[in-house]
Amino acid sequence: MNIDLSRRGFLRLAGAGVAATSLGAMGFGEAEAAEQAHVRAFKLATTTETRNTCPYCSVACGIIMYSKGDVKAGETAELIHIEGDADHPTNRGTLCPKGAALKDFVKAPTRLTKPRYRAAGASEFQDITWDEALDKIARAMKDDRDANFIQTNEAGVPVNRWTTTGFLAASATTNETAWLTYKTVRSMGIVGFDNQARV
Amino acid sequence: MTNSWTDIKNTDLVIVMGGNAAEAHPCGFKWVTEAKAHRGAKLIVVDPRYNRTASVSDYYAPIRPGSDIVFLMGMIRWMIENDKVQWEYVRNYTNASFLVKDEFGWSDGLFTGYDEEKRDYDKSSWDYKMGEDGFVQTDPTLQDPRCVWNLLKAHVDAYTPEFVERICGTPKDKFLHIAEMIGECSSPTKTMTSMYALGWTQHSKGAQNIRGMAMLQLILGNIGVRGGGMNALRGHSNIQGLTDIGLMSNLIPGYLNIPTEKEADWATYMSTRGFKPIVPGQISYWQNYSKFMVSFMKAMWGDAATAENDWAYHYLPKLDVPAYDGMRMFELMNHGKVNLYFCQGFNPILSFPNRGKMTEAFSKLKMLVVMDPLTTETSHFWQNHGIHNDVDTAAIQTEVLELPTTCFAEDEGALVNSGRWLQWHWAGATPPGEAKHDTWIMAQIFLRVKKLYQDEGGVFPDPILNLTWDYADPNEPMPDELAREMNGRALATVYDPKDPTKVLAEAGQQLSSFGHYRDDGSTMGGCWIYAGSWTKDGNMMARRDNTDPDDTGMFQNWAFSWPANRRILYNAASCDPQGKPWDPSRKIIEWTGEKWEGYDVPDMPVTAKPGETLPFIMNPEGASRLFSRGMMRDGPFPTHMEPFEAPIANVFNPRMRGNPVARVFESTADQFAAIGDPEFPFVATSYRLTEHFHYWTKHNPVNAALQPEFFVEISEELAAERGIERGGRVRVWSKRGEVWAKAVVTKRLRPMQIDGKTVHVIGIPLHWGFVGAAKKGFGPNSLTSQVGDANVETPEFKAFMVNIEPSAEEPVA
Repeated sequence: MNIDLSRRGFLRLAGAGVAATSLGAMGFGEAEAAEQAHVRAFKLATTTETRNTCPYCSVACGIIMYSKGDVKAGETAELIHIEGDADHPTNRGTLCPKGAALKDFVKAPTRLTKPRYRAAGASEFQDITWDEALDKIARAMKDDRDANFIQTNEAGVPVNRWTTTGFLAASATTNETAWLTYKTVRSMGIVGFDNQARV
Repeated sequence: MTNSWTDIKNTDLVIVMGGNAAEAHPCGFKWVTEAKAHRGAKLIVVDPRYNRTASVSDYYAPIRPGSDIVFLMGMIRWMIENDKVQWEYVRNYTNASFLVKDEFGWSDGLFTGYDEEKRDYDKSSWDYKMGEDGFVQTDPTLQDPRCVWNLLKAHVDAYTPEFVERICGTPKDKFLHIAEMIGECSSPTKTMTSMYALGWTQHSKGAQNIRGMAMLQLILGNIGVRGGGMNALRGHSNIQGLTDIGLMSNLIPGYLNIPTEKEADWATYMSTRGFKPIVPGQISYWQNYSKFMVSFMKAMWGDAATAENDWAYHYLPKLDVPAYDGMRMFELMNHGKVNLYFCQGFNPILSFPNRGKMTEAFSKLKMLVVMDPLTTETSHFWQNHGIHNDVDTAAIQTEVLELPTTCFAEDEGALVNSGRWLQWHWAGATPPGEAKHDTWIMAQIFLRVKKLYQDEGGVFPDPILNLTWDYADPNEPMPDELAREMNGRALATVYDPKDPTKVLAEAGQQLSSFGHYRDDGSTMGGCWIYAGSWTKDGNMMARRDNTDPDDTGMFQNWAFSWPANRRILYNAASCDPQGKPWDPSRKIIEWTGEKWEGYDVPDMPVTAKPGETLPFIMNPEGASRLFSRGMMRDGPFPTHMEPFEAPIANVFNPRMRGNPVARVFESTADQFAAIGDPEFPFVATSYRLTEHFHYWTKHNPVNAALQPEFFVEISEELAAERGIERGGRVRVWSKRGEVWAKAVVTKRLRPMQIDGKTVHVIGIPLHWGFVGAAKKGFGPNSLTSQVGDANVETPEFKAFMVNIEPSAEEPVA
């Protein structure tokens, strides 16, 4: 079967059902009203649910992220909870001590929020705009490539390699990021290219 | 993994050696628990430490770090001696009967052809005897003394149980008990799975450790079957994908190769990639190499790649060394030969060996660019943190740019799990502050460099100016556009070669299979093994149907598994030469008399006859290899090699240091402790803890609270010998550096008897640094050496020599 029913929707239905049947059936009409007046609404019922996978090890456990706000609808979304995806065949809802604390990784105090620049010899970072940072990088790459690109070897064979700039790629970025990175790095002739497979 | 996480439930015996799955892959390990609970499977753990996997095992044996080949060759010897061989599998599906050249041999720890000066082998004798018909000579009776089987028997003869005990420190009775347990899996209806990780790869002969187990699994008939296989438990969530897509110095996506400068033109490059079958009638699937390669070139450079210009062959760089891998780049950096360096979601200052050298190297860069969701030690390598990063900040002239990226929660796309499943995920949170997607950052860098070339001209701008960039918004290519590009599409109508009237794909249509890739320029595709992941029917990676008919563990309609949505590699080897499953209760596919069908996508052309077409279709042999010809630099069989730093000399050849063909940099050649050096008497090894992930979770206050402080683990005996108290502070040092840590004194580590000597092992977990929420600490890389595996340059983190002493006071920086 395809599991399209949202967990939040399911819980909302189930929760309402329990309240109505157990209290109503016992003839506590007034008690029910009183109960409903002070019971807080189920928190996750007002959130947006998103399927994702844990970014740590290669088991790739399914997770459900609950956010205030909907990214797809163009809204600002704040992550408030993450739990294991019970529909996922590998982890069937379970998470390890790392996965169970994932939300606090996303919201770690040491997450980076703006580009920073450390000048030669400086003892601190300073803020820099994206435009300035990217222009600086592009300029440095172009200058280094033009100065050090090796077009032919001693035998006159075209080798078209650039060895004075290197690129270490990640271990948790998506395939799609990896492919765009590959295209960019290779088109420039960079050979000092590696990832985290060995460490 | 040849198999998948969910397939582990089908096994009868799990051997965890070279890993610690219960600790490092807890939710995948649940499938071991499942097999134990529901099939009565047993779990064996062989590890230097009685680790968390060992604590739930049925049988545990200790082993000295870096001696695994001895254990594995000992196992193979025992299987042969005791006739625990799946004979029909070995005779039909391996190269056991192939004859090897008469010149090939082994003595004094070395194979024929060793050149000490070059630290390399002339591998010409490591090959089959070929007949005049171009096919390999064989002796199906296995009587010829030059057949692989007899050479293997002779090769493993030295590895007796007594020899295993002497070199590995594994008591003989424990070794024999494990041999008996494993031997049962030579039955066609019993199967063992091997689960390993960096405990096997991070050695100067890591690839040979894995070969050793793969050979054992072939002898037992455990490759291609449910509950069997060689299961590499990848460390990070998408390191499988990053490797598939070839983000390495010498790779092109889908395990194709960047040319070397000896391959001066396309014809020369292709001349060694014909992959003609060497056994009659075999598939030798790599014969399609040119289709994958041309389609890749078309994905990169579109109309600029033509048959006339050899598909823009010269747009590709040509290598003059095997690879500019990480360690080589840091060595070049240290020599002032690298100016600019990028780290995308990678923290090499803690991840690569020889931290002192790493810091020196980074200090010589002109500019370092770090893209990461988190601040890292690498982006702060210039900042003084006392003993934890004792640098002269003012003297470091490197400019550093630290760029904030999104993390998984804010990003969309696919990750490839260890079982080769490409699983799509969606963004559910807004990036913090000004953090950006990596795709946006890479596009910005590329477009700005391209503009500079357009405006100013410059050196060889062609591959930059002509790179395909036909995205709806060039400033931010979208995940779906990139995924479709990797899958590949038809550029002109693609016809069925068997029936030229039949259209396989119209121009512009997504391809459904790499079988539709062409080498005439009519198709493009960035990564052939991902063909089928985004077809004309949409995104196969986003499929979420978790039904599993007959509970096989396949989950055929969940996400997409490369290649071709196949869940178990070599699955035709699950059947006998008549095409019937060895174990009918564990059927994957079977031959109906006309075609292959079953629970999984057959790893065989569906109409290829069993018994004629052998199941290892990627190999020109059609068979698997017990003898790997010249394909590995350090031998066609695994042979015992000591780590570069070891408590004893290699007993086969005391002059041999480590792996005799592993690369050693001149600048650090004097940074190895001498063999048996009394100043560095203890073996050290590194590992992970379940509460942490690499150097990431120390940023998470929850995980930082669970395991707050760097420690090293030692035995009670070593603690007593060195006067170290439980929880006391210690200094650990190697020939390359030193660390300070809490001492965890445990029964999990025990001294071993190695070649008559008492040898202690020190365990060093790897999760601390000087930024984040945890206490400041060190990584094992402060101590480890810059030598790597001879084939793939994985650094030797798992076996090196150190010393330890109590350290009463906080040392002053």
